[in-house]
Amino acid sequence: MINFGEVYETNAMIEKENLDVRTITMGISLLDCADPDLEALKQKIHDKIYDSAKDLVRVGEEISGEYGVPIVNKRISITPISLVAGAACRSVEDYVEVAKVLDRTAKEVGVNFLGGYSALVSKGMTPAEELFLHSIPEALAQTDVVCSSVNLGSTKTGLNMDAVRLMGSIIKETAERTKENDSCGCAKLVVFCNAPDDNPFMAGAFHGVTEADRIINVGVSGPGVVKTALEGIHGESFEVLCETVKKTAFKVTRVGQLVAREASRRLGVPFGIIDLSLAPTPAIGDSVADILCEMGLEYAGAPGTTAALALLNDQVKKGGVMASSYVGGLSGAFIPVSEDQGMINAVAAGALTLEKLEAMTCVCSVGLDMIAIPGKTKDTTIAGIIADEMAIGMINQKTTAVRVIPVIGKDVGEQAQFGGLLGYAPIMPVNPFSCDEFVNRKGRIPAPIHSFKN
Amino acid sequence: MEKTIITVVGKDTVGIIAAVCSYLAENHINILDISQTIVQDYFTMMMIVDTSALEKPFGEMAEELRAIGEEKIGVQIKCQKEEIFNQMHRI
Repeated sequence: MINFGEVYETNAMIEKENLDVRTITMGISLLDCADPDLEALKQKIHDKIYDSAKDLVRVGEEISGEYGVPIVNKRISITPISLVAGAACRSVEDYVEVAKVLDRTAKEVGVNFLGGYSALVSKGMTPAEELFLHSIPEALAQTDVVCSSVNLGSTKTGLNMDAVRLMGSIIKETAERTKENDSCGCAKLVVFCNAPDDNPFMAGAFHGVTEADRIINVGVSGPGVVKTALEGIHGESFEVLCETVKKTAFKVTRVGQLVAREASRRLGVPFGIIDLSLAPTPAIGDSVADILCEMGLEYAGAPGTTAALALLNDQVKKGGVMASSYVGGLSGAFIPVSEDQGMINAVAAGALTLEKLEAMTCVCSVGLDMIAIPGKTKDTTIAGIIADEMAIGMINQKTTAVRVIPVIGKDVGEQAQFGGLLGYAPIMPVNPFSCDEFVNRKGRIPAPIHSFKN
Repeated sequence: MEKTIITVVGKDTVGIIAAVCSYLAENHINILDISQTIVQDYFTMMMIVDTSALEKPFGEMAEELRAIGEEKIGVQIKCQKEEIFNQMHRI
């Protein structure tokens, strides 16, 4: 029988240490909605999403009430729109029309975000996909909850540098279109290398073409719980440190597993995966950077940060894998800057730079995330930042991503305000030297060799 | 059997257990186990109850108990299905 101490521990995690399930994300395949007629396509997309997800929010709230654990977001991910709408959309405006239908339907069913305004162009782009990419800035400016992602490369295909260069400009254009809100449109746009098909987290969630018709994926959270557990073991060995992270990750993931199973049962939709990521929020104490500090660093970004993060990421996976049979998505530790008060403090103190963040992304999920940079940063420089991050993913056979926000009209020393879960961010300096000639070359970077690992 | 854990935390006063137990009796909820203690004037109680004969939705019961705690006796009452604790603390 459950004892007093165990009940107290669980409730302290929920009430004091911000334990929550970050998201229940329903993946919905829209492949069967494809239609050459735009109006018919829009209707089919609306109906499929509405019918599939109409009970998602209610069920999420019921589960949350019965187990006493907050479920922060309910979300939807869909088949990449470039695949579904390619036949019907002949102009940028046509794609934007589809984006508006997604936004309206998402609001009708009451979800927080809908991801999948996406394209997969890791090796090449069709003309329809190129047109789609050009629609992203307008689509993000005219919608509220639609998120967009683009896969630009993979270990198997290499990097599509034509798409990388184009995305440098698209990100900048998205920033321009949403400049009244500190270029917040870019917070809903992420580019990937090796994008997973089953990621429940935004902005990069989409329902991969290898997936079933509908699926429930759950993203757990809980950096605050790990931090609190580490408070009690200062001065102990690495073995104790690893053991503590692992046990905590196990407990956090079990809550996610329970929620996922219940949601799947009540909605009659198969369970897909648990994403084990430690996902911070701007709330005090809900920070991945604070965990690194608790391990013994003065600030995130100090020497030793990459090693500490590597340890954390690996132990989270080791604990979580034991807790759930189906682990997927991005699983690891997220290091967004604007969504993590500890990261913001580290940037403000001068401890954390873009270059150190890049190094950190080599050992954790996912990449350069929610980083505000000066609005005057050149398109080619953004493309260069993307190319660097994609190369890390390609060579190391891992997922990497870039979600940078060139804040139009602001410069280093100022702050960008995004609000809600997205938080605020100090604008970070970018290396001012040019990469124009390099990124302006046409074609792609070939896939890497898988031997001679050095 | 559908086990639910009820936790009650707050400043000690007369009639906390009575108020909670009367509500449970009225709603056909059987008490399986109670442990209760007072630490520095703070009342802490955990109950394991069986809600299989409950006639209303779980959420309604949880809300009514929360209201009794907050409005009548000034304590925090929380209801959670047992499974969350089993999942987290048992392999």
